[in-house]
Amino acid sequence: MLILGPLGFAAPWVLAALVALPVLWLILRAMPPAPRRIAFPGVELLRGLIDPRPVARRTPWWLLLLRLAAVAALILAFAGPVWKPVATAPAGGPLLVVLDAGWSAAPDWAGRQARAERALSEAAGAGRPAALLIADGQAAPGPLPFAAADTLLARLRAARPAPWPTTLPEAPQDTLSAAPDGTLATLWISDGLDHPQRAEWLEALTDRGPVTVVPPAAALRALSLTAGESPSLTLHSMDDSAPAILAIGPDPQGLERELARLIPGDGATAAGVTTRPVAIDLPPELRNRITRFQVEGDSHAGAVVLADDRVRRRKVALVGDPDMQAEGQQLLSQLYYLRRALAPVSDLVEGGLGDVLDSAPDVIVIADQVNMPESAELAEWVEEGGLLIRFAGPRMAAYDRLVDEPLLPVLLRQGGRDIGGALSWGDPRGLAAFAGDGLFAGLDAPADVAVRAQLMAQPTPDLAERTVAALSDNTPLVTRERRGQGQVVLFHVTANAEWSSLPLSGLFVQMLERLVASARVSPANEQADDREQPFWTPETVLDGFGRANPAAGLSPVPAGDLALGPAPGRPAGIYAAGERRAALNAGGGFTLAAWPGATVEARAEAPGRDLQGALLVLAALLLALDALGSAMLARGGRVAASLLLAMILLPGPRATAQEVNPDLIRAADQAALAYVLTGDDAIDRTSAEGLAGLSRVLFQRTSVEPGAPVGIDLDHDDLSVLTFLYWPVTDSQPMPSPAAYLRLNHFLRSGGMILFDTRDGDVAGLGGPDVSQALRDLAAPLEIPPLAPVPHDHVLTRSFYLLEDFPGRWQGSPVWVEAPPAGVEAAEGVPFRHLNDGVSPVVIGANSWAEAWAMDANGFPSFPIGRGWEGERQRELAYRFGVNLIMYALTGNYKSDQVHVPALLDRLRVEEGLSR
Amino acid sequence: MTPPPAAPSRAAGLRVGAEAASAHLPGLILSAERLAAMVAPGAHGLRRAGPGEDFWQYRPASAGDGARSIDWRRSARSDAQFVRDREAQTAQAVALWVSAGQGMDWRGADDRPTKAARAQLLALALAMVLLRGGEKVGLLGQPARAGRAQADRLAEAMVTTAAAPGDGDAPGLEALRPNQRLVILSDFLTDPAWLGDLLARAGALGVAGVLMQVLDPDEEEFPYAGAVVFQSPSGALRHDSRDAAGLRAAYRQRLAERRDWLAGQARRAGWHFGHHLTDHAPAVALGWLYQVLGR
Repeated sequence: MLILGPLGFAAPWVLAALVALPVLWLILRAMPPAPRRIAFPGVELLRGLIDPRPVARRTPWWLLLLRLAAVAALILAFAGPVWKPVATAPAGGPLLVVLDAGWSAAPDWAGRQARAERALSEAAGAGRPAALLIADGQAAPGPLPFAAADTLLARLRAARPAPWPTTLPEAPQDTLSAAPDGTLATLWISDGLDHPQRAEWLEALTDRGPVTVVPPAAALRALSLTAGESPSLTLHSMDDSAPAILAIGPDPQGLERELARLIPGDGATAAGVTTRPVAIDLPPELRNRITRFQVEGDSHAGAVVLADDRVRRRKVALVGDPDMQAEGQQLLSQLYYLRRALAPVSDLVEGGLGDVLDSAPDVIVIADQVNMPESAELAEWVEEGGLLIRFAGPRMAAYDRLVDEPLLPVLLRQGGRDIGGALSWGDPRGLAAFAGDGLFAGLDAPADVAVRAQLMAQPTPDLAERTVAALSDNTPLVTRERRGQGQVVLFHVTANAEWSSLPLSGLFVQMLERLVASARVSPANEQADDREQPFWTPETVLDGFGRANPAAGLSPVPAGDLALGPAPGRPAGIYAAGERRAALNAGGGFTLAAWPGATVEARAEAPGRDLQGALLVLAALLLALDALGSAMLARGGRVAASLLLAMILLPGPRATAQEVNPDLIRAADQAALAYVLTGDDAIDRTSAEGLAGLSRVLFQRTSVEPGAPVGIDLDHDDLSVLTFLYWPVTDSQPMPSPAAYLRLNHFLRSGGMILFDTRDGDVAGLGGPDVSQALRDLAAPLEIPPLAPVPHDHVLTRSFYLLEDFPGRWQGSPVWVEAPPAGVEAAEGVPFRHLNDGVSPVVIGANSWAEAWAMDANGFPSFPIGRGWEGERQRELAYRFGVNLIMYALTGNYKSDQVHVPALLDRLRVEEGLSR
Repeated sequence: MTPPPAAPSRAAGLRVGAEAASAHLPGLILSAERLAAMVAPGAHGLRRAGPGEDFWQYRPASAGDGARSIDWRRSARSDAQFVRDREAQTAQAVALWVSAGQGMDWRGADDRPTKAARAQLLALALAMVLLRGGEKVGLLGQPARAGRAQADRLAEAMVTTAAAPGDGDAPGLEALRPNQRLVILSDFLTDPAWLGDLLARAGALGVAGVLMQVLDPDEEEFPYAGAVVFQSPSGALRHDSRDAAGLRAAYRQRLAERRDWLAGQARRAGWHFGHHLTDHAPAVALGWLYQVLGR
């Protein structure tokens, strides 16, 4: 290698070609640029004219220079130039490479590996024995074996930083006992931090020979969480930089992204480490969604703080009557309003009181329950800091021993009162303004909130003090009593709109948020001794680079060890025990390492930088400029300018307008049937033909006149204009994107219907709605209600034709739809039960209907069915099923009402007869 | 009708070309009509009886007058039969010739028409004006006819005229007829030797006429500079220049000399010479042409 100053050449003989440059100069100089060619009819008049001052027939100097520079750059590039090549220093004796491999080594890990690899390669070249000590605490105990240096390279390349601090083996002398004789040269690729055992190791190594320390290339930053009433973060940094802290979590669409940026406060420097507090000052909706905090621009486990129960939202337990299943009756449920109000800001747990107590909630909301068997436990929970919110209701009002009911903030009168009803005096009461220093201070009491019924409190001396919100006649609306470390709050109205319009107002949400925010975080932490989990199971773990991975192959960690921080066997991550989640975070305060007796390598000494690529690019650019310049000379500036313009404009990304599939526009216009494109051409064609056949039958027999079917690409197409989607399930179909599932769920919620067809006739005989694994996988993220085989009196059996079976190309396997609500009985004299009020969003079957419906362009069936007349009969029934299905999708339970007409007419006739 | 099999490809090519060219025929007629409307045609009454439109005199019928020519209304007032004579109106036969040289099919900039287009426009507009005045108009070498329909025929004939093989084009001398008026539209940039012969023969036949030089402004101004290879549109001639700007004065002098020569030739033969640039309004040139022809 030829070295000239800071520049080295790998193939210096190529430089001899530079001699040819002057020759090139002469040749190029003699070749003038081509003149412009112009068509001109008056050439006749020009004949014989002599140019008075002819321009020089030479290439302009700048063009010549461009070309020469391009050629020179090419020659230099092929000579293999290297900027500041590394000069190697010869050494003898065994070599030990110590590689710090904790999370703090993760930044610049590739650089560390390259440095170690270079040292090992040099040792291999010199024939020196070498050993590699990867300080991640996972090395086998015993002496460190020394071997030929090149055998260590594979281990080096496979090494990854560990999600715990750098861990050196316990006993330096024992570990080094296998070192060969001679001066042991040590290269310590350090992360710059002090670790246990480091001083001992340094001492042992300096005794045996020279130690060279490679300091980290960049300053290290780590993030830690300080728990407490208002948890905050602390940023530790080796230098004075203060990058923003990103708060990352799922956005409302469920996609992980940056939710907020936290700016660190003023720093304090001690022993080379700057510490900055970072306040987590975020709205609760946002804060509750955060799953991790991360230092911007840093990717190592120490720059990540996983959010657990300490940062997370309050856990609120809802206890009440179970919901009605029918959609219309949900609005009557008390829990519905509570759920809607609390879900954005808190984690909800629902169930019986005993169950939710076990999940150690911060807040328990009980809607209209009295005489609860777990009262004693509940009282204990409140005493230890729980917040209990109770709502009144008809059951409480009717309870005859209300005076004895425990866990009420005030004594209540039985029966309550009605205001503004048909049989009572006065108008419904509004709210009084909230006390300026109370719990709800500052909230605005809207004038349109009216209370029609209320539980009244027994007048006691402390009633006024316990009242936090009152009606305009000063009767209490919300009362509160502190008990032990906790509190009990009672709303004297129901949580649904039965007694008051309060739950319909935004004030209700604000009041609940205030109340929940006043709860102590995790009051159960201390008291839950009996529920203390002996082991914590890792759920999500970080790797050394701070990336989250599902925990696999890790054993549960004893609860005591968790407090000791991450270590080999318990990487940083989220650990779960029962309902509780705890984060084990790698980052924290650190101290800088000192290196007495060792040589610290200068940081700038990086391996040489290869200049070949840059020179080749330069040459290409120069040649492009040359082409432009030549074009300008020959064709005039306009051509060159347009070339330049084209070069500038070409690579620019084209702004694409929102593209709407024209087929979808047509589908919206013509109520076309749609099918999912599976990516399998044969199946897609069958779906298209099948739906085309069904469309034709619908056109002929019914007033539904759909257009040609539309193929839907779930990942890109908008579903909002469709009513019916046929989804043939294949094994090979890729999972749609999360955004596609959002659209699909919206489609199902807004009245769309999907017909899942596994197309196999359920030959495997698995039964059940999840007929195949592929269907299970595809449909898992969909909001699918409980399913049941089509009951014999389902609307689907009579929405156009009267059907008993739903054959396609196969026959006999059950078809699954939304289960009818339990406990619906047939009314007297009506042949059918009044079943689900609405349309089943999914129909699942295996009968391969598209193949039965499929018609080719001439209207002939594409697939044979069965044999002879029987088969044609089956095809006809398949069409009838299709007609019924589309009718059902389009008209809902309309037919269900229609079928009552004979019964109604019968009844009318009977009543007529009676009156006569 | 099928074309003769001897030259099917040429006939087909001609037809295709004619169809393509006639695509802009209505436009040509319209713009020529607009232009022609700006010039009022004059009357050419000959003050004697003859074929015409206007009443001239009643005269007693004589032998040889057909029964159909007797004006019965006049004759009924007396015993004799009268014939209604009309004033004789003769139409001038005007022959138009537009150079079809490839040099004409050129323009210096996209915002101007080609010289050929402008020359055809001028010729057709002039023809329309003349036709409205009752003149007979035709392309040189083709029969001159009167009537508005002749304008369509002329337009079609003009756009279907095949381009000449060279840069320039010359009218055939044998097509000259006595007592014609001849209008020649060309750029006169190629060798004009044919003009002397034409004018001599025209003098012999009593043909008077107009020479109109249609030029592009670039040919007038010569706005070129630097190293340029000038090539005539047909590719027959080229001139290499390394300093086009230096040629400008010499070129313009030669152009002026050519124009003087043309004017001299025209004056000597009793013809008129005018020139027109394609960036000027065609109405001016049309007015001049009409005025000169009316003299």
